[in-house]
Amino acid sequence: MPKEIEYTAQPYDWETRAYWEGCGRHELVLQRCRDCGAVQHRPRALCVSCLSDAIEHFAASGRGTVHTFTVTNQNGLPAFREACPYVLAYVALDEGPQLMTNIVGCEPAEVEIGMRVVVEFCDVEGEAGEGAAAVPRFRPA
Amino acid sequence: MSVSGKVAIAGVYEHPARWAPNKTENQIMAECARGALDDAGLALSDVDGLFAAGIGMGIMGVVNLAEYLNLKPDYLDGTNIGGSSFVAHVSHAAAAIHAGMCEVALVLYGSTAASNAMAIGTGMGSGGRDPHGAFVGPYGMTTVGSYAMVAQRHMNTYGTKSEQLAQIAAATRFHASLNPQAKMRDPIEVEDVLASRVISSPLHLLDCCIISDGGGAVVVTSVARAKDLAKKPVIVQGCGEAVCHQEVGTPDLLTVAAKQSGEKAFRMAGLAREDVDFCTIYDSFTITVLVTLECLGFCKPGEGGSFVEDGRIRLGGALPVNPDGGGLSSNHPGMRGIFLVIEAVRQLRGECDGRQVEDAKIACVHGTGGILGVSHSGATLLLANEAG
Ligand SMILES: [Zn+2]
Repeated sequence: MPKEIEYTAQPYDWETRAYWEGCGRHELVLQRCRDCGAVQHRPRALCVSCLSDAIEHFAASGRGTVHTFTVTNQNGLPAFREACPYVLAYVALDEGPQLMTNIVGCEPAEVEIGMRVVVEFCDVEGEAGEGAAAVPRFRPA
Repeated sequence: MSVSGKVAIAGVYEHPARWAPNKTENQIMAECARGALDDAGLALSDVDGLFAAGIGMGIMGVVNLAEYLNLKPDYLDGTNIGGSSFVAHVSHAAAAIHAGMCEVALVLYGSTAASNAMAIGTGMGSGGRDPHGAFVGPYGMTTVGSYAMVAQRHMNTYGTKSEQLAQIAAATRFHASLNPQAKMRDPIEVEDVLASRVISSPLHLLDCCIISDGGGAVVVTSVARAKDLAKKPVIVQGCGEAVCHQEVGTPDLLTVAAKQSGEKAFRMAGLAREDVDFCTIYDSFTITVLVTLECLGFCKPGEGGSFVEDGRIRLGGALPVNPDGGGLSSNHPGMRGIFLVIEAVRQLRGECDGRQVEDAKIACVHGTGGILGVSHSGATLLLANEAG
């Protein structure tokens, strides 16, 4: 049985802080523009659809669909080598944006495109300003 | 007003080394400069434009290279958009020459990727320890893994099969078997590709490019100057560049930069896809070639799988691709774009002996830089000899 990927605290800056603080609360936080309504990810200081500063954050449903995936059998980096084989994927959130993530909670061979998935959060060591307190990944819904 | 028909490639050189642990990268570039200038019948003192990119070349990279070569050119370009950089350098050089900023441009690349044990495909994809990389970093993305996700999506959307991707690897190896300089020359069949281990599903080991050392050089000048030089000029008829990325979270993974850069290049050249005699296409992985052929317009989206079957992309087929054996089999020293230009020029001059594309007049060159599925650049050139 391969080990799971051991996530570490992720660095963030003030543009991405709301996303990672949301992860710490086990919420998947996206941005929406109050002027034009565009949803965007990754987070930015302003809306790149209309260049407005009026960005607000909201908690997404955490539900989505596997857009594509790969079963990784080889990764030379020590942090990932022992976790092979693991599933790397893009999940298309019901709110629109696609996130790169891992799919867990089933055999890699059971993952397929179109599969409904839901977010879960792995708590990691870390303090504000040094890194995220949790990393989101997905499992079958 | 475009550069189409105004600028020519006058000299090329591919370093023969595939393993060069006793050479520095600057040395490889200087040896390539000597080769390409000899080929053109020019001297280092003729060079007034210097273009280079490299994995290890930092902010002052092209300046440091100028010092190594003791050159003081009038025009410098250190654009680094990944492996496609050198294809872009040729179009940048064409623009600079056409605008009178320089007259003889030298494009250089040199790398000891293999002897440095650089694990390009499976050891360095995961994103930096920075806020931007944090959206990729935790998840163990490899370079091959991201391309594999493009392949998986293509298979799911269009029914493309591993056997069809394997046709690309087998055709490219056949070409390498005819190239005495190629690193991997033993022919392989579709079954060999499918029997090789899966690195990141659905891509097998033999769907992936090799890693080698090496380098190359290209000399670009005006058509007027090229006419008096040693070799027959190869004319730049069209060029284009483009970029694809994550947008605001909703990218179409199957539409690659080649669509935008290719349309631009074909429009500039006034050429149709049917006019092209062969292609050199960045083949980091078999899927790269398949989606690039689709997005360049040689077939419709989703038809790449059937397009590459039945020998169409082999020498003797309707559209030979990578007759030198490509990155899949000949050489891949980290960034491969320069070899796409070099092989296209050698073919258009009729210098390729056993792997010569018959009656080659027009080449389509397309470089991809970066990582399909995450963010990448594309650069397209349409090149022609005097018959084209
Ligand atoms: Zn807006």
